[in-house]
Amino acid sequence: MTMSGLATEVVLLALAMLGAALFLAFARLVRGPSLPDRVVALDLLSTVAVGFTSAFAVVSGQLVYLDVAIVLALIAFLGTVAFARYTEKGSPPQ
Amino acid sequence: MMALVGAGFLFVGALFMLLAAVGVLRMPDLFTRMQASTKAATLGVGCILLGVTLHFDTLAVTTRALAVIAFVFLTAPVAAHMIARAAYFVGVPLWEGTVIDELRGHYNRETHTLGSPSHLAGQPAAGHREPEPDASDNA
Repeated sequence: MTMSGLATEVVLLALAMLGAALFLAFARLVRGPSLPDRVVALDLLSTVAVGFTSAFAVVSGQLVYLDVAIVLALIAFLGTVAFARYTEKGSPPQ
Repeated sequence: MMALVGAGFLFVGALFMLLAAVGVLRMPDLFTRMQASTKAATLGVGCILLGVTLHFDTLAVTTRALAVIAFVFLTAPVAAHMIARAAYFVGVPLWEGTVIDELRGHYNRETHTLGSPSHLAGQPAAGHREPEPDASDNA
């Protein structure tokens, strides 16, 4: 699967932007004062990872990466729901 | 030509995701951060997968991409609602510039169900620590 020069450049630029988004979301994951803040950052991190994997499928021409994106989306949802449930039901009574 | 359109969709999707990440980093409290991340990131994933579909233009890729789009569009609001609900119960503070909190006093802390304030009278207020009526804006 060969791409024209301009299309390749644009896709590589998109990958760079997704990398920057990963970095910013990770900064919120480190900083975020409360547990739900970190859960939101983790959720965004996995969503960006799904997008990054899909874009990388275009760059590499390998369809397998799309399957990776599917699995990542499934796992991310389960993880977020588990964290939310733990936060709501597992917190000590105040 | 089709590859260029697909690359354009990829770029727009990456732009939305970058904006979502900037919003998550810069917004003042959890709930505004969440509205930045959930909506923009979901739209970004949709655009990126649309770009992938246009780029490959085969049935196998289109099916998988549509599956991911449908799944993300269905699950992102559910996940966001669960985090927001949990955060509200735990008492994550609102931004000090918040104008209105329509849920205040409507949640029963024991059963985690909704009710009207009169119905819940005499029970501890759920969610946020009840701020003093006059000095609530400088917390």
